[in-house]
Amino acid sequence: MSEYLIKNGHVFDPVQGIKGDKKDIAINDGKIVDKVSSGAKVIDAKDKTVMAGAVEIHAHIAGPKVNLGRIYRPEDKLFSCTPTKGIERMGGGASIPTTFKTGYEYAKMGYTTAMEAAMPPLFSRHVHEEIRDTPIIDEAAFPVFGNNWFVLEYLKNQEIENTAAYCAWLLRATKGYAIKVVNPGGTEAWGWGLNCLSVNDPVPYFDITPAEIIKGLIEANEYLGLPHSMHIHPNNLGNPGCYQTTLDTLKIAQGIKPKNKFGRDQVMHLTHTQFHSYGGTNWGDFESKAKEITDYVNKNKNITIDTGNVTLDETTTMTADGPFEHHLTGLNHLKWANVDVELETAAGVVPYIYSPNISVCAIQWAIGLEIALMMKDPMRCYITTDHPNAGPFTRYPRVIKWLMSAKAREAQINAFKHKDKVLSQSSIGTIDRELSLYELAQMTRAGPAKSLGLSAMCGGLKPGMDADVAVYNFNPDKPVANPEDIEKAFSRCAAVFKSGVQVVSNGDIVSNGQKRTLWVDVKVKENPQVMRDINEKFIKYYSMTQNNYEALGHHFVPNPYAIEVDATQ
Amino acid sequence: MTKTITDVICPFCGTLCDDLEVVVSDDGKHLLEVYNSCVIGTEKFLHSQAKDRITRPRLRQDDGSWKEISYDEAVEYSAQMLAKAKKPMMFGWSSTNCEAQSVGNEIAEISKACCDNTAATCHGTSLIAVQDIGLPSCTLGEIKNRADRIIFWGCNPAHAHPRHMSRYSIFPRGFFTGKGQMSRKLIVVDPRVTDTAKMADVHLQVEQGKDYELLDALRVAFKGEWLPDVVAGIPSEKIREAADLMKSGRFGIIFFGMGVTQSLGKNHNIDEAIAVTKDLNEYTKFSIMPMRGHYNVTGSGEVFAWQFGFPYSVDLTRGFARYNPGDTSTIDLLIRGELDAMFTIGSDPGAHFPISAVKPIANMPSVCVDPHLTPTSGVSKLHVPVAFNGVECGGNCYRMDNVPIDCRKVVEPPEGMLTDEQFLIKVRDRLKQLKGVA
Amino acid sequence: MTNTINLNLISGRSIQQGVAIEGGKEKPLYRTAAGIIEMDVSDFKKLGAWKSSNVRVTSKHGSVIVKAVETTQGPHPGIGFIPMGPWANAIIDPNTYSTGMPTFKGVPVTVEIAMNEPVLLGIELVQKLCGVKVS
Repeated sequence: MSEYLIKNGHVFDPVQGIKGDKKDIAINDGKIVDKVSSGAKVIDAKDKTVMAGAVEIHAHIAGPKVNLGRIYRPEDKLFSCTPTKGIERMGGGASIPTTFKTGYEYAKMGYTTAMEAAMPPLFSRHVHEEIRDTPIIDEAAFPVFGNNWFVLEYLKNQEIENTAAYCAWLLRATKGYAIKVVNPGGTEAWGWGLNCLSVNDPVPYFDITPAEIIKGLIEANEYLGLPHSMHIHPNNLGNPGCYQTTLDTLKIAQGIKPKNKFGRDQVMHLTHTQFHSYGGTNWGDFESKAKEITDYVNKNKNITIDTGNVTLDETTTMTADGPFEHHLTGLNHLKWANVDVELETAAGVVPYIYSPNISVCAIQWAIGLEIALMMKDPMRCYITTDHPNAGPFTRYPRVIKWLMSAKAREAQINAFKHKDKVLSQSSIGTIDRELSLYELAQMTRAGPAKSLGLSAMCGGLKPGMDADVAVYNFNPDKPVANPEDIEKAFSRCAAVFKSGVQVVSNGDIVSNGQKRTLWVDVKVKENPQVMRDINEKFIKYYSMTQNNYEALGHHFVPNPYAIEVDATQ
Repeated sequence: MTKTITDVICPFCGTLCDDLEVVVSDDGKHLLEVYNSCVIGTEKFLHSQAKDRITRPRLRQDDGSWKEISYDEAVEYSAQMLAKAKKPMMFGWSSTNCEAQSVGNEIAEISKACCDNTAATCHGTSLIAVQDIGLPSCTLGEIKNRADRIIFWGCNPAHAHPRHMSRYSIFPRGFFTGKGQMSRKLIVVDPRVTDTAKMADVHLQVEQGKDYELLDALRVAFKGEWLPDVVAGIPSEKIREAADLMKSGRFGIIFFGMGVTQSLGKNHNIDEAIAVTKDLNEYTKFSIMPMRGHYNVTGSGEVFAWQFGFPYSVDLTRGFARYNPGDTSTIDLLIRGELDAMFTIGSDPGAHFPISAVKPIANMPSVCVDPHLTPTSGVSKLHVPVAFNGVECGGNCYRMDNVPIDCRKVVEPPEGMLTDEQFLIKVRDRLKQLKGVA
Repeated sequence: MTNTINLNLISGRSIQQGVAIEGGKEKPLYRTAAGIIEMDVSDFKKLGAWKSSNVRVTSKHGSVIVKAVETTQGPHPGIGFIPMGPWANAIIDPNTYSTGMPTFKGVPVTVEIAMNEPVLLGIELVQKLCGVKVS
């Protein structure tokens, strides 16, 4: 059964500019097609909202720090276990779901593609094992480059071509997708217990600045013409006043033009922007600088961002920004885990409770929403929670409710213990914009797909694209009686298709599908110097041999989808 | 002629050396030589080809003799046992690969079993402590490249992880440690003058079982506060010297082992050791790492965790995962008489559990999947020999610092022998039929 | 008249035990490696035993015959070391104190001379203690 007809739904597809028209969506053999035969199975989408499957551009769902979070937080499973049920394996975990549960929960909300935001290259096998064990959704992983010894040394000497050759090599060895940068330079400094809090702080020993690392990796990314841009978590995350470091970081992209064959228009993707939009000088005068950040991004079209919305939950923070996590455990005294990774990066994990009774948490909540509502171009601003850092991804329906309903926002503001502070330290009280479904589709489907260089494949319902379709029990023609209905509708889809296979029916999983692991295979000119440097560092400094480094083998990536890039020109 | 296979991973201990070279016959059937491994790894590779090896499953008869049976019959026994049991235990997993562990998890889920790995008798108490206080740690290459203060606390790598010191912790010349051993200071804490202690710059011969007190005293010494004259058998001046030595380093690491996980205090000992590490991060950079025993116990913990949410002692009997060490742990379950079937793989509880926990295994339906003859196979009803993982089949494993390395196959297993994964897949498929599951 | 001494028993790995388990636990080498108690010279004197002679080691939880050898990782007066394995596990404390982990280290034992009693092989010892019929 590979022919389906999703009939009579209200379609929202930014790729084709369809803004809610009643339209049939035809599926055949894994793709959206113009029409199907009368033998097609009909899915009744009358009075329902139909969109392409959503695309998660940044979440921590697979890999060593995610699993460290699972291991060291048995309490995260206390009230969130789901039993084995039909084809669904058992699951558990509220802020860090087990891999089976992760796939099911994303699918039930209509997500069909997800990006693991940070892969430490030495651990790429682990990331791929977890990706393999996450059903239904296509996934890819971003190896981290911003504290990598090869990159630091090449960029110190301004050797872009060598940097690019190394990046291409690492993407292949780790089956990675994009150039991710986390706390550039600062995480290498953390190897000595230090940090880089501004873009101009030099990295100990390597004597290169974060600004130079960022610029160099943008240039390497464009040299290679990768599907996605350099994807950055800037220095100084989470500190009052950090918005200045963010602006300094964004300015580095000025004047650089994207070069690629994938329809990507940006050269920098700024991630979990909420954490990087803080003003004030301490926790007392802490305030939102969402306006300053969104003003800049609104004017500079070669940048895309994702929000990093705080959901007001108990959650687990985890990031390659190792020094930040040490700082956080100093603030909240909750258990701290840390892993420094030789030659490459680090990671830290600390639980966190975003209490609505704490004014800082409430202002953080406001900032995340301000960012989404102050960005003028929904194709350049995507909804995330930096799962699980600002909240679990299972809260997307709640975030959508807040973005689509000023009334829901107001109710939350009124419930804050320090409502006055939230209103004085942010401008959330003055915003009455409500996202439309079309804008939602831009911010959760078409936009992220375009930013990732996947616009030909997913994020839309144009014939020829993958048949990733989500049908929501939400009638755009009926006024919303209660904002809770928005959250309910987006929590459980009426139907979800992944690559033309129906995976969700009435909120239940009906098939595991045939998920793929996306990765980028870049061909570069032969570079004997880089190969020699790689050779040398493995012999002298790594604790593993070069031949054992590459994540080969069917058991790691059973269903690979390689996106080929030719960078030999 | 012969061929040499390089970059071979040794499947014995958590050091997971990956620089072995194995010489095999041209037809790939005979293992001739092993280079670079320690004496234990060498024995593992060379012994795998022993002439007296059992190559087919055998079922214990009423008169105590063994009867050889086919793999299919062994599959049937195992699947029936797991299907009928009310509370079976699937134990071990530490000496096999992650692919096999994953199939084992499927079986445990279908049969609603308990599952557990050798952390139960090794670093389980460390996991409990990590769940209380966290874990500042790093990969072994960071030690090689940065560490100038090495502490071995309650472990004896000279005997248990023989190449650890030469590959990672004492001798290597790393990026920032060009002088090798000369760049580093070694502190060993052990009630005996072990062969590791003999190499130390400082040996604190702690009174056995008093590690908690000594760890706590170090935390006091870091702050320069008052200490009694002697703590845990160590004079306070020596404690302060050790504390100063730790604080004065650029990058330190505490490696710890059974001396603290198995003696009284148990998880509290580890908790305190991690607290020492956290405290040191106020002054300098410090990490802590458990010296994992089996070469893939870490992997078993990882696979349990990403599939079920907990690293060991997992109870699936209610259809969802529960975890409560002391309650869901294998030895406690056995001694309390709560299990009614035992499936052992990739481990030897017969030799390494207290005897009062082994007796119940002898009195219940039991399967032992192991290429060797062991005390476990000696008391189980069914012994299923399989290919040696890491020698006769490959598969992913996790090192003591959680780094995944894919083991290689270097020789063919004996004719007709199955790997763990192949056997488990057959058991899973038969079990699904018995349970009427898709 | 023979002496009985009290020791604090610990069990753990030794490299010889590691080699022996890979060689096969049914073999005599396993008994040579792990069916032993390593004792400090001063404890040998107190006991009045010949080095490399058999002794009976008894705890609250059981009793086992092993060969007493002089430690090479001493001095550690008052501590006895039996490498991990069935001989040690016949007598260590199975109490996990609700942690799941038995008390493999720190078990009070008495040691007495048992020169004429044999040390069993590894698998044989476990089968005997479990009452398993062997043909």
